[in-house]
Amino acid sequence: MTSASVAAPPRMQWQIATVRAVVDETPRVRSLILDVPEWPGHRAGQHVDIRLTGEDGYRAQRSYSIASAPEAPDLAVTIERIDDGEVSPYLAANVQVGDRFEIRGPIGGYFVWTAPLGGPLFLIAGGSGIVPLMAMLRHRALVDSKTPTLLIHSSRGFEEIIFRNELERLATKEDGLTVYHTLTRRQPVGWSGGARRIDRDMLTGIGIPPAMTPRIYICGPTPLVESAARILSELGHEPGLIKTERFGPTGG
Amino acid sequence: MERDALTLDGNAAAGLLGELFAIEMTAAVATCDACGTSGAIGGARVYGGEMGAIFRCATCDAVIVRLVRTSRGISFDARGMRCLVVAEASA
Ligand SMILES: Cc1cc2nc3c(=O)[nH]c(=O)nc-3n(C[C@H](O)[C@H](O)[C@H](O)COP(=O)(O)OP(=O)(O)OC[C@H]3O[C@@H](n4cnc5c(N)ncnc54)[C@H](O)[C@@H]3O)c2cc1C
Ligand SMILES: [Zn+2]
Repeated sequence: MTSASVAAPPRMQWQIATVRAVVDETPRVRSLILDVPEWPGHRAGQHVDIRLTGEDGYRAQRSYSIASAPEAPDLAVTIERIDDGEVSPYLAANVQVGDRFEIRGPIGGYFVWTAPLGGPLFLIAGGSGIVPLMAMLRHRALVDSKTPTLLIHSSRGFEEIIFRNELERLATKEDGLTVYHTLTRRQPVGWSGGARRIDRDMLTGIGIPPAMTPRIYICGPTPLVESAARILSELGHEPGLIKTERFGPTGG
Repeated sequence: MERDALTLDGNAAAGLLGELFAIEMTAAVATCDACGTSGAIGGARVYGGEMGAIFRCATCDAVIVRLVRTSRGISFDARGMRCLVVAEASA
């Protein structure tokens, strides 16, 4: 086997990102607005890789979905703190405005939605799995798309719903977006949304039926993604229309 | 830990693939040599991390691609893949 030595394509080169602002979304989740000098633009659903280097030179690298719409002036990521994690506690809690770290991207051409693809659009999120789907919803709103869209968003409790206020605003525009929340652990008094994990009954009862051939994007912790994808394909949705983004064992 | 909880999508390894290929490989469609099913690389099941990744067919679980970072470079073993189609728009 030969081994050629070549430079990585430009979008795969590491650059320095500077944290311009920090926004607390929930007690465990924080958005970072980043300045990246050579940002080539992105599509909704893509991610970046972030690499941290410790004082001793030790490096750790993780993927984070882009939360902002391509049309938005600011590049944002949104990160949930995993308490015993290596990378997320820094990004979601200790990070300060002005901090710098390495970033590369945008990455991925598969879990992507742009308005011309049309719909209906059926989005399913578990916890921080909302992040790339939020980029799609923000993109949809900023280009005035009326694509019929349903978001089913599973969170543990009301205070843990990431982007709750913004989702509420988007859903009251009456432009074809419906948002359904389900809370798996704690529900406030008088809660009218779902009160359990996403399951077959929920997906049959309120989901977009296979006959409407929705484009489906499922994102969140791996077990949630696997179970939702399996149910939807059993219900008769075309496998090629079901796209998944597993975040790993954590999150949600 | 169960292997299932560690599964990611081909898309999660897009960074690693991007170090190797100038085109967006996750959008390319691979045909599994074991079962003949075609699907986007981004939709394959992936096990691994920044040191390497194994891509398995989403239909039959056969290994389609092995990507390993070694001291000599990144090795790309695609013997489980019969054919790869890259849409011209993504090239
Ligand atoms: C494509 C992609 C996009 C992503 N986008 C986002 C995003 O937008 N926002 C976001 O918050 N996260 C996102 N993630 C997840 C993110 O990459 C990290 O996995 C997450 O932040 C945890 O990293 P960490 O270093 O803090 O934890 P780690 O140090 O990796 O793990 C910490 C702890 O998490 C649990 N854990 C980790 N691995 C395992 C395991 N194998 N089995 C069981 N438990 C485990 C354990 O408790 C472990 O100790 C994304 C992942 C992918 C693949
Ligand atoms: Zn196969």
